[in-house]
Amino acid sequence: MASLSKETLLDWYRQMVLIREFEETCQQLYTDKRITGVYLHLASGHEAIYVGSVANLRIGTDHIITAYRDHGIALALGVEPGAIMAEMMGKRDGTSGGKGGSMHLASAPHNFYGGYAIVGGHLPLATGIALSAKYRETDEIVISMIGDGATNNGYFHESLNMSGVWKLPNIWIIENNGYGMGTEVERSSGNPVLHERAIGYGIHDMGRVDGQDILKMNEAIEEAAKHIRSGGGPVLIEAMTYRYLGHGVSDKQYDTRMKEELEQWKREKDPITLLRGHIVKKHKVSDAEFTKIDDEQRKIVDASVAFAESSPLPSTLEELMAHIYVD
Amino acid sequence: MATKNMSMRDALKRALQEEMERDERVFIMGQEVGQWQGTHRVTQGFLEKFGERRVRDTPISEMAIAGAAVGAAMTGLRPVAEMMTINFAFLALDAMINHAAKIHYMFNGQFKVPLVYRAASGWGNQATATHSHTPEVIWAHFPGLYVGLPATPADAYGMLKTSIRNDNPILFSESIGLYPKPGPVPDDPEYTVPIGKADIKREGKHVTLITYARGLEWCLGAAKELEKDGVECEVVDMRWLRPLDTETVFNSFRKTHRAVIVEESLPFYSFGSELAAQIQEHCFDDMDAPIKRVSALDVPVPYSRDIELMCFPTTEKVVKAVKEIL
Repeated sequence: MASLSKETLLDWYRQMVLIREFEETCQQLYTDKRITGVYLHLASGHEAIYVGSVANLRIGTDHIITAYRDHGIALALGVEPGAIMAEMMGKRDGTSGGKGGSMHLASAPHNFYGGYAIVGGHLPLATGIALSAKYRETDEIVISMIGDGATNNGYFHESLNMSGVWKLPNIWIIENNGYGMGTEVERSSGNPVLHERAIGYGIHDMGRVDGQDILKMNEAIEEAAKHIRSGGGPVLIEAMTYRYLGHGVSDKQYDTRMKEELEQWKREKDPITLLRGHIVKKHKVSDAEFTKIDDEQRKIVDASVAFAESSPLPSTLEELMAHIYVD
Repeated sequence: MATKNMSMRDALKRALQEEMERDERVFIMGQEVGQWQGTHRVTQGFLEKFGERRVRDTPISEMAIAGAAVGAAMTGLRPVAEMMTINFAFLALDAMINHAAKIHYMFNGQFKVPLVYRAASGWGNQATATHSHTPEVIWAHFPGLYVGLPATPADAYGMLKTSIRNDNPILFSESIGLYPKPGPVPDDPEYTVPIGKADIKREGKHVTLITYARGLEWCLGAAKELEKDGVECEVVDMRWLRPLDTETVFNSFRKTHRAVIVEESLPFYSFGSELAAQIQEHCFDDMDAPIKRVSALDVPVPYSRDIELMCFPTTEKVVKAVKEIL
């Protein structure tokens, strides 16, 4: 691994703080009924996976796709926070003009094909995007997030198998946060060591990676991309993580996870704290510098809320009916 | 226009081949499309001609075939995904309905999904309950998809070309029983059939017979039969279930004041019920008789020959329906 510059590390720190601030703000806005859509799946705790993945993308050349927990990737890619927040509020200036909502962020210029709300539904799309990369004889790679719960529906099996058969440039990343909604991985998977499924598809098994440690995530994705570009075919990574908030904000009351478990992850494995500790160890960065970054992200999120709230709601029949078909 | 006589199978093959030659972005994926030469022989010789890159044999993975086609289309390719038979496409409904049909809208026009799902549809030869569906209305139910189902080799040729060139996701249903049937096909690689345009296959003034795909055969047969009694049937072949060319239907109905809708598929929540509702809504003052429907019977299709055949419309059933409303 090439040694990482202070600037790179601080930029990752910045992105992760931005995501955390954004998500906590969304949670509050939902409680305050300023975000009114019923589905809102927040990424707090998963930040290192997204930032570590996006760090290895040639944005606009390579490709990325995910499920409904999609805010973090959009932010890490550099999609305008105001447009993302406007989408949460169903506004005209949202990333999808208010038609997609929280679960369906996307940005074509970033080759971000979206958030998808049917569990596993985006996985064959990732296979198809990778097929296209190969068909067009490019060296583009495709990163696809997979929730641990999605490994148990048919899409996972079919999509990864096809990717394996055709040796497509897919980096498959399982975000294993231990629970599919409320059900533990151990209660839903015959073999709870999820990365081992790679073997069945002829996909390179990269094992488990500490999804809370962005340095390890970055290293794994870098290695994965190298593996693909040297002709080795697709890879599967199981990133171990934990989500700090409910599966969705609306079902907090059903969250059966142990409070102690959550507190322990926050205390010992928080991705932002871990990175900050690493930066301090390697480089001279004062508390004031971190505080400055934190404050800047707070301001960006505040500005995104102000922008979103000032944006109009789509209201015309023309807007409603636009884009059902390509004319 | 000069024409050549050929089967619907050969017309489809010709359309596919010409579009692949014309546009490098067009490729075929599906079960047994290559080495096996296509289950219905529509892609016979394609693997040898175009190679494995553009003629892709897939695993038996309907969800992945349908979904991968969406992903490839979003990046600018133009996949033609063969679902082998429409019965198997049920496995892929989520990819087709939740993704192919909705992506352009849900992301506010950021992505296009130009793809064609080809599927052989229909019953016959004692194929039994799970292999005898003609369920195209399911796809036609959803905004975002187009549904085409040709009844003649010429339409098959022109409609498939149109579908491949169109920027929207399209279910293209091919009636299994029609594959071997011959007919004249325009000898022009630029021949296309407009999306959502019905075709009057026979003119008449006493009653309008409205149908699609295999139903055309029964309607033309009935028209010939009824001609002997001096009844002139107008036969409208819809060609597309979505967009639905109601204008052509209404214009014909306003002339004949009577209609029989003939569909190979099931009667509940069907093409016939939709069209009957629309006709009464828009042409009430022109109505001289109740609108009749000749549909498949509301039953799973059985194995045994005689009771299998009882399920479906026939020329005789169409004749009888017409006589009931004259």
